[in-house]
Amino acid sequence: MSNTKNNIKYKAPLSHQLNPGHSACAGCGMIIAARLVMDTAGPNTIVTNATGCSEVTTTQYPMTSFKMPWIHSLFENPAPMASGILAALKVKGLEDKVNVLVVGGDGATFDIGIGLISGMWERGENTLYICYDNEAYQNTGYQSSSSTPFDANTTTTPPGKKSSGSQQLKKDMIGIALAHNLPYVATASVGNTLDVVAKVKKALSIKGPKYLQIYCPCVPGWGIEPKDTMNVARSAVQSGFYPIVEYIDGELVSKKSAQGGSALGGVTKKVSIEEFLKPQKRFKHLFKDENGKLEIAKIQKIADENIEKYKLI
Amino acid sequence: MNKILEGSRAIAETIKNIGVDVVSAYPITPQTHIVEELAKIKADGEANFEYVRAESEFAAASIVEGASATGVRTYTATSSQGLLLMTEVLYNIAGMRLPVVMTDANRAISAPINIWNDQQDVMVVRDAGWIMLFGETVQEVCDLHVLAYKVAEQMMLPVMVNLDGFVLTHVVEPVNIPEAEKVKKYLPKYNPKEFLDVNNPLSFGAFVTPEHYMEIRKELYDDIVASEKVMIKEMKEFKKIFGRDLNLIEYYGDKNADTVIVAMGSVLGTIKEAVDELNGKPHLNPPLRKGRKNSVGVLKIVSFRPFPDSEIAKILFKAKNIAVIDKSLSLGQEGIIATEIKRALSGEKKKIVSYILGLGGRDITKEMVKGVIHGINKEKNRVVFVGK
Ligand SMILES: Cc1ncc(C[n+]2csc(CCOP(=O)(O)OP(=O)(O)O)c2C)c(N)n1
Ligand SMILES: [Mg+2]
Repeated sequence: MSNTKNNIKYKAPLSHQLNPGHSACAGCGMIIAARLVMDTAGPNTIVTNATGCSEVTTTQYPMTSFKMPWIHSLFENPAPMASGILAALKVKGLEDKVNVLVVGGDGATFDIGIGLISGMWERGENTLYICYDNEAYQNTGYQSSSSTPFDANTTTTPPGKKSSGSQQLKKDMIGIALAHNLPYVATASVGNTLDVVAKVKKALSIKGPKYLQIYCPCVPGWGIEPKDTMNVARSAVQSGFYPIVEYIDGELVSKKSAQGGSALGGVTKKVSIEEFLKPQKRFKHLFKDENGKLEIAKIQKIADENIEKYKLI
Repeated sequence: MNKILEGSRAIAETIKNIGVDVVSAYPITPQTHIVEELAKIKADGEANFEYVRAESEFAAASIVEGASATGVRTYTATSSQGLLLMTEVLYNIAGMRLPVVMTDANRAISAPINIWNDQQDVMVVRDAGWIMLFGETVQEVCDLHVLAYKVAEQMMLPVMVNLDGFVLTHVVEPVNIPEAEKVKKYLPKYNPKEFLDVNNPLSFGAFVTPEHYMEIRKELYDDIVASEKVMIKEMKEFKKIFGRDLNLIEYYGDKNADTVIVAMGSVLGTIKEAVDELNGKPHLNPPLRKGRKNSVGVLKIVSFRPFPDSEIAKILFKAKNIAVIDKSLSLGQEGIIATEIKRALSGEKKKIVSYILGLGGRDITKEMVKGVIHGINKEKNRVVFVGK
């Protein structure tokens, strides 16, 4: 009857901000990114989380992996939740003392939550939005989202006699973020952990709404080996497939990685698009016949266009 | 102090006097005046709550949810399509046990699109886990808001105060705005034990497997049931401080009535007048007993969730005919209050007829009400639409 009896909420122990004991898959790119983000943001942070892998794997009642105040409401609404949290912090005079992180997958971000994210950004509140981009609705069984890349095999874009996988291009979420005049917009890849940490730090040092999109391979969804998460996360960047960019006040201030160099995830001509696609079952159908070669050429063109657009080499 | 105000302004002034911390809303007729008045109150420096402009009702509900989870007092208001758009969040707020209070200016649901009053909108969320109250007059609606915060914060349950769109939101009538000093006496500062706090990190909104889900839902059920007694207690307390009556249900008219009309909201005013004009006069259509005069009563429902079954049964058990007036319906079934009344009286042999009136803002006249009373004896249909 009273709030003490309300056992939906419970206390967390342990040393990281996001602790072991969660149920993410071995080799999960998202959970690596999440721990880096949470540890970097530190304990003086409130997190609002969308439904998806990042939520179901971390807070299965009666346990939690989070050592920081954390709330999950729905799939699409962590952004307006953050606006409410900030309004309350303002009432308490804490709005400049506590970080507010909003986190969600690509489905939550590119698709179902996009209008609500736009609303939050437009209000200009001091938030950092983190998108764990694993390029599909992985939690519900690998269905395509508008972040799913061209030709990828997902359970709702299966290749077949009449299809070579997803026929839509990945939505330009970075462009959408920039159109909101955010003071900080960046991508990172979990293959370069130092870059993720540096970008979270950088973002949190800037006031206003920030957006950071982190590339996170999904072991079962992409059909890779757990040991290959970091390799795939790097070759995506090195091949130009996933551009790593950083904008401050709309100006492109860095690309590749904060540290630079191909070993840390910068673009290098040495890594071909085939090398990136090959270890992933979601692109396996492209390696079967002549038609597949034509499709791979199209993906190469997408990577080349990225390299050209952001002058990545 | 007695003032002559529009209903919406009266609600806004009540919210000001209650002292809320965060307001967020999105405009929809006929709720608009409430949120405009609150914006004006803030702009005039009469109150210093945070007013967060939302880009949709879905966002507004999520914003007050986030603020409430951070431990402050919140308010939102909507109507019709806006309430439906909020649905997913409303269930979530209740499941998270957040004491959000909101106003719903009851309005019809599209299609066909219609901006006028009925009570279909709120019925869509009747099972969401919110306490649901319905006022008959602007005064009662204002008072119910004060009660709402008291009960919400005590029970950690959200409360929705309903009023008929236009009929009450846009009416100008004398009202005693609950005074801030009296509210202070009645309503303690909101001081939750658990909220989003970096000094006491908790996880809210966990993923719950079949092993635990049922118990958590049952707890919510139990607490809504238990809120009936809490409301009765707090209504008495309200009377002590404000001097005005609040009740879960109210009875009006002949104490031993053979026919009772059941209804909810502003239509009660029309019904009471019609009943006053009929009572004691000869019955037109075949009376229950020869030569018997009209003997009609009125049962007003204020608390729809929880539904005070036993209180209602105590009043209705003497009646022979029960006419339930609904401004909403379960399509293919009957009026929604009618179903509730039948359930509350299960086992009793009575004639209960579901009358549907006033959908989409159709005027409900005294003549319609009289027609219901005169016709119920002969009525063969289970559901009767009264449009003229
Ligand atoms: C309104 C609503 N629609 C659908 C779902 C089902 N659902 C839950 S998580 C999810 C996919 C999440 O995808 P994403 O945001 O990319 O996160 P991921 O699990 O891939 O990390 C879906 C479709 C839901 N919970 N709510
Ligand atoms: Mg995803």
